[in-house]
Amino acid sequence: MPLIKDSAFVQDAFVTVADDAALPGGAAIVSLARFQKERDALLARNAPLGIQLKAPENPELLGEDVQRFSVIVLEFPAFRDGRAFSWARMLRERLNFTGEIRGAGHFLYDQIAYMKRVGFDAWNVAEGFPLEQFHRALTEITNVYQPSADGKKTIRELRATPRP
Amino acid sequence: MYRYDEFDAQFVKERVSQFRYQVERRLAGELTEDEFKPLRLMNGLYLQLHAYMLRIAVPYGTLNAKQMRMLAHIARKYDKGYGHFTTRTNMQFHWIKLVDVPDILEELASVEMHCIQTSGNCIRNVTADHFAGATDEEIEDPRPLCEIIRQWSSLHPEFVFLARKFKIAVGATPHDRAALLWHDMPVEIVKNEAGEVGYRVYAGGGMGRTPYIALLMKDFVKREDILAYLEAVLRVYNQDSRRDNIHKQRIKILVNTIGQEEMQRRIEREFEEIKASGSLQLPQEELDRIKAYFAPPKFETLDDEMPIGSYDFENWKKTNIHKHRAPGYAIATISLKAIGQTPGDISHVQMDALADLMDQFGIDEIRVSHEQNLVLPHARKRDLPAIFARLQKLDLATPNSGLITDIIACPGLDYCDLANARSIPIAKDIARRFENLDRQHDIGELKIKISGCINACGHHHAGHIGILGVDKKGVEYYQILLGGSGAEDATVGNIMGPGFSAHDIGPAVERVVDTYVKLRQNGERFLDTYRRVGMEPFKNMAYLEQMYAAH
Repeated sequence: MPLIKDSAFVQDAFVTVADDAALPGGAAIVSLARFQKERDALLARNAPLGIQLKAPENPELLGEDVQRFSVIVLEFPAFRDGRAFSWARMLRERLNFTGEIRGAGHFLYDQIAYMKRVGFDAWNVAEGFPLEQFHRALTEITNVYQPSADGKKTIRELRATPRP
Repeated sequence: MYRYDEFDAQFVKERVSQFRYQVERRLAGELTEDEFKPLRLMNGLYLQLHAYMLRIAVPYGTLNAKQMRMLAHIARKYDKGYGHFTTRTNMQFHWIKLVDVPDILEELASVEMHCIQTSGNCIRNVTADHFAGATDEEIEDPRPLCEIIRQWSSLHPEFVFLARKFKIAVGATPHDRAALLWHDMPVEIVKNEAGEVGYRVYAGGGMGRTPYIALLMKDFVKREDILAYLEAVLRVYNQDSRRDNIHKQRIKILVNTIGQEEMQRRIEREFEEIKASGSLQLPQEELDRIKAYFAPPKFETLDDEMPIGSYDFENWKKTNIHKHRAPGYAIATISLKAIGQTPGDISHVQMDALADLMDQFGIDEIRVSHEQNLVLPHARKRDLPAIFARLQKLDLATPNSGLITDIIACPGLDYCDLANARSIPIAKDIARRFENLDRQHDIGELKIKISGCINACGHHHAGHIGILGVDKKGVEYYQILLGGSGAEDATVGNIMGPGFSAHDIGPAVERVVDTYVKLRQNGERFLDTYRRVGMEPFKNMAYLEQMYAAH
């Protein structure tokens, strides 16, 4: 699946590994179940590690280990399931996770801007998804009312800023 | 009332373009109906039985004359000449074409209106007491907080794909007129022992198939912390709510599954953290800035004498006039419950004429109540006879506010895709049965609320007499509930028993009311008598005819 990061399509350095598949030599993304079962071995590998969380899986389950991951993939089983919006914010604001938060699964063009606001910085998009669409999604609404993980100035702050 | 600044105006304008693009993609087949659905719902657009229905937000029920004229214009240009005020104080148009919606939104934006979050699984239009700013009962006007909540909740990135809808109301009076405790998150403005004004927050109220009254979450939240606390409640809900069964995904189910204390504990944890981050702290300057918009009009020094008028005027005064905070002024309720009319419906002619009336009598704003009536919050007492005469000509002078014919009803099966039964003809039938005004006055305060399905848009759980339409093998039946309340003594009504046919429900309601008249003591309201004597006497009488028929 194509991956958008830093406003461009990039080569995905990670391989998402099924629970019953052998681990590759390089960077790998595993499920929470596999991580919990093979934690020590996975952390001992000499390659970047990622984890993919399902919608009901609270990132707090990772405990201190959260900082050991280079990538945390948050899955949308259906675009209506908005739990990942809270998980991403929690990762950024409570758990101080600075690695990549990647959106995967079924989300819509119309959710990309919200995802960016809560802390996602990488998107697994459908084959053929045009990059211009991605940029368009982020420019539909210029200003925002709420503080969030993107640190964007809110309308309230803009109101308080003296204008020329 | 609130006026958009450049930021609000730009935001709403961009939201219109965003939705226009969503409609284009739907019409071009790039979005499936399944994908388009939550997007259109977040903008108040439903697909109903006959056409699209567009729900326009009337934040905390406040409209100015210009906005009223715009609603009249939309009714004329894009609909069949009338609209419908809902129990969430919004306006619905039931005969809308999808291609017209972006243009309608653009017209609305020109008078600072929108349809943002009037539906969908997100934070909905915030409601308040329809007498806000005019009654002397309130601690302070709840609308500045409503406006602050409106802004905070508008396209909130974390909370636009919640498990279900989320409704907030703000109250500020001991006597609750906003059905506060029936909301997902009621906020009550209170004063603590030190005399500071703050907020009491509840969670987990709601109607639908499993009715619950909200439970207390925090007794006193400081002014500056309120958004942090609300965000904490929403976050716990978004993270922890079930997502596997649409009937068990409202916050009321979460609260009642994990219990009040556990819910409080989870909220508190989030609250402490959000508060510590400081990002949602409400600066006094912002509060003052918003409050200034809601400053009361400059009241003239007037004689407090209430004019005496015709027999009809005197009757109207009895029920449709409420005490105002300023001498010489009154709060006037305009009933949208003319006998034989659809509750909450209003024509473009009536809307335009009301806007003219507002201009002529110097009334800057008009309110929509959750009981589907309109309110003139600041009317000069001396103008009341003239106002009444105008309302009479417009068929808007029905003297029944709070009486048995002031019925709440959802649109029901006449319009709604979800309904099992029609509500409007039942409301009309009952109103006709009790049309006699002396009889209405004799019966006194009696709130009938009718829903055409279990979703309870007509608030049947909260009716003194609630009526719920059900479908039994393709035939409409109506269950009676007794003893519900949407006021400060909020209670869930109890189901009486098997339903009545559309033909029998009116007579059954009459027998219930006649039973009350026989049993009441010392000025008891219907609700008081029911609470004293219980279901049995009412039930016995309601089913009497059926019993005769059966033997």
